[in-house]
Amino acid sequence: MATMTIAKAINEGLRASLTQDPRTLLMGEDIGELGGVYRVTDGLKRDFGAMRVVDSPLAESGIIGTAIGLALRGYRPVCEIQFDGFVFPGFNQITTQLAKLRTRSDGMLSAPVVIRIPYGGGIGSVEHHSESPEALFAHTAGLRIITPSNPQDAYWMIQQAVSCEDPVIVFEPKRRYWLKGEVDTSAPAGDPFSAHVLRAGTDATIVAYGPLVPVALAAAAAAEEDGRSVEVIDLRSISPIDFDTVTESVTRTGRLIVAHEAPTFGGIGGEIAARISERAFLSLEAPVIRVGGFHMPYPVARVEEHYLPDIDRILEALDRAFAY
Amino acid sequence: MSGSRVPAAEFEVEEVLRAAHSAIGEQREASVDMLQVLAPDGTMAGGLTAEIDGEMIDFSPYLAATDAAHLCSLYRDMFLIRRFDQESTALQRQGQLALWVPLTGQEAAQIGSGRALQPQDYAFPTYREHGVALTRGVEPAEILRLFRGVTNGGWDPRERNFHLYTLVLAAQSLHAVGYAMGIQRDQLADPSLPEAASVAYFGDGASSEGDIHESMVFAASFNAPVVFFCQNNQWAISVPAAVQTRVPLARRAEGYGFPGVRVDGNDVVAVEAVTRWALDHARSGKGPVLIEAYTYRMSAHTTADDPTKYRLSGDEQEWQPRDPLVRLEAHLRTQGLADDAFFDELTAEARSMATALRDAVLSMTVPDMESRFASVYAEPHPLVQEELRFFQQYEAGFVDEGKHD
Ligand SMILES: Cc1ncc(C[n+]2csc(CCOP(=O)(O)OP(=O)(O)O)c2C)c(N)n1
Repeated sequence: MATMTIAKAINEGLRASLTQDPRTLLMGEDIGELGGVYRVTDGLKRDFGAMRVVDSPLAESGIIGTAIGLALRGYRPVCEIQFDGFVFPGFNQITTQLAKLRTRSDGMLSAPVVIRIPYGGGIGSVEHHSESPEALFAHTAGLRIITPSNPQDAYWMIQQAVSCEDPVIVFEPKRRYWLKGEVDTSAPAGDPFSAHVLRAGTDATIVAYGPLVPVALAAAAAAEEDGRSVEVIDLRSISPIDFDTVTESVTRTGRLIVAHEAPTFGGIGGEIAARISERAFLSLEAPVIRVGGFHMPYPVARVEEHYLPDIDRILEALDRAFAY
Repeated sequence: MSGSRVPAAEFEVEEVLRAAHSAIGEQREASVDMLQVLAPDGTMAGGLTAEIDGEMIDFSPYLAATDAAHLCSLYRDMFLIRRFDQESTALQRQGQLALWVPLTGQEAAQIGSGRALQPQDYAFPTYREHGVALTRGVEPAEILRLFRGVTNGGWDPRERNFHLYTLVLAAQSLHAVGYAMGIQRDQLADPSLPEAASVAYFGDGASSEGDIHESMVFAASFNAPVVFFCQNNQWAISVPAAVQTRVPLARRAEGYGFPGVRVDGNDVVAVEAVTRWALDHARSGKGPVLIEAYTYRMSAHTTADDPTKYRLSGDEQEWQPRDPLVRLEAHLRTQGLADDAFFDELTAEARSMATALRDAVLSMTVPDMESRFASVYAEPHPLVQEELRFFQQYEAGFVDEGKHD
């Protein structure tokens, strides 16, 4: 068992994938000598060479489009998009090509391409460096989307993404890259597309993912002081969503709060609210409440603390749920 | 003051633009050699050289056989694919196909380039490459499955080394480059593998898409064994090539640092030679090549298009004598390489192909919805499974209703 940050855990996971399968290769802007702007690929070019860790031209459509071609030839490319807001030049290749390759070929072709995207705010950055565009991709059939919230998951989920036959987008919570935790490299990996109950409770459930998982846990701890027993679920997979785990929890607790950084309108929270209303309507003591970003472009850094859901916003939502 | 330079009416703007384009156009068009072997009158020239990046390149070693058997087989392919095109247009008019994308006029560009490919090469088409498909062994009826609406694919790309049609313009050019990068890696790992290349087909309109730029950058950066094959058929639906580019498309390659060649796209013999050269160049590790096949789309863009709204009839008259089939037929006849019997037999063969095609289209089976659910993901997916179960129960409800009636 070793203690490492999420960034290091992904680095170790990528190292394991590169070691296990010579067909795995990494590509992206500045991922070689520099090791990526977040150093997630640090040292990998040194150890695996420029053919396996490819500093690509500065072109997102090019990175993803050529990765599709490499996958057609039997390779397993892992693309790094430098920041969330810069995935859009590659959006076309992801949604019209990568996501549909299998369907368009009637199941004959697979597109095992992984796209890593550091996402979310809280780092005080300039525009296009703090966004959470996961819902735009989750709406596209054919993609799988996961987001680890701790080093143990990060280590395994990146490897599982690489070995998955479907295209997988890994949204990496960039403000948690330095979060440390224990990583058991020999533990069985489990299902990357399942949700995990991180904290048991009886009165309400909070579903969160990626960067908001620590916030949800802290809110649950604070709620306990008020005598409320709150269960916390780390969703881990945004597409597919493990609705069984969420339903089971809500059936017991009767209240659901969904928290994410992305704007609530048209977001993942709405999807979860709708499904849970269908599945567990009679168990609900209150409407499902969403906590998330506002309907605005991600705001300037000096005010982002007011935009980002924090412990108090989740507690306020809990208050509303208990008021019914 | 509102400046007097502002044109008074919209048509003046058009005129100004048109004049500018044609002045630039004529000047630039003359700045690139166009390779040709078989002249429109059917005579065959000897030499085949062009200046590329300041160097004279002799393509004649890459001429395939010019004997009767080879030329007749090229003619046969062009003839059959034109007949296929006509039959498909008719099927669309009769409501049997949702849409048809004709290739008439582009037979030489497609058959010539397709026949230059070797089995281990891999082609990435747009949506009009029916001739290339024929040379890769795709059955004509398989192509129509897409337009009939029974699949978005139609054939096994790996079996034919011919990728699926791509309706998002230029997207496939990046796939071709990535595939070529894969070939490169495979060869490094196992030098005994046969040398191979990939080919990206696209049009003059698609050449403006960002993906073409990015694919050329990637191809050059990694020296990928890829040939970019642009069929400049002069039009992107209703927009002329001059709106896409100020320089002849072949010359764009220079900016990326690899050779660009313009070939008479209506001359099947020259297209085959130039493509063989380009593939050899790419396969042997010398990097990418751009070929611009200068041709003309004689028919409409698609069956949904109306060329009378934008095309000058003089244009068509100018291109008519350059018809790729007419010129090869003239050559075969004047040189005594083929007789009436050959042409008669071919006409009969084409007729029976058309009949078979029609039968095949009418008997195409519609896939069931279950197969649609099954091809979204490679691995099991709970949402797809849940929706499939819903769909099956819902459908089953109708069956029960029927029973009670
Ligand atoms: C990305 C994209 N934009 C627009 C279209 C609609 N469209 C279909 S064909 C076409 C013109 C294409 O012209 P060109 O590339 O010259 O090819 P051609 O059809 O002449 O062979 C357009 C605009 C499309 N298919 N894809």
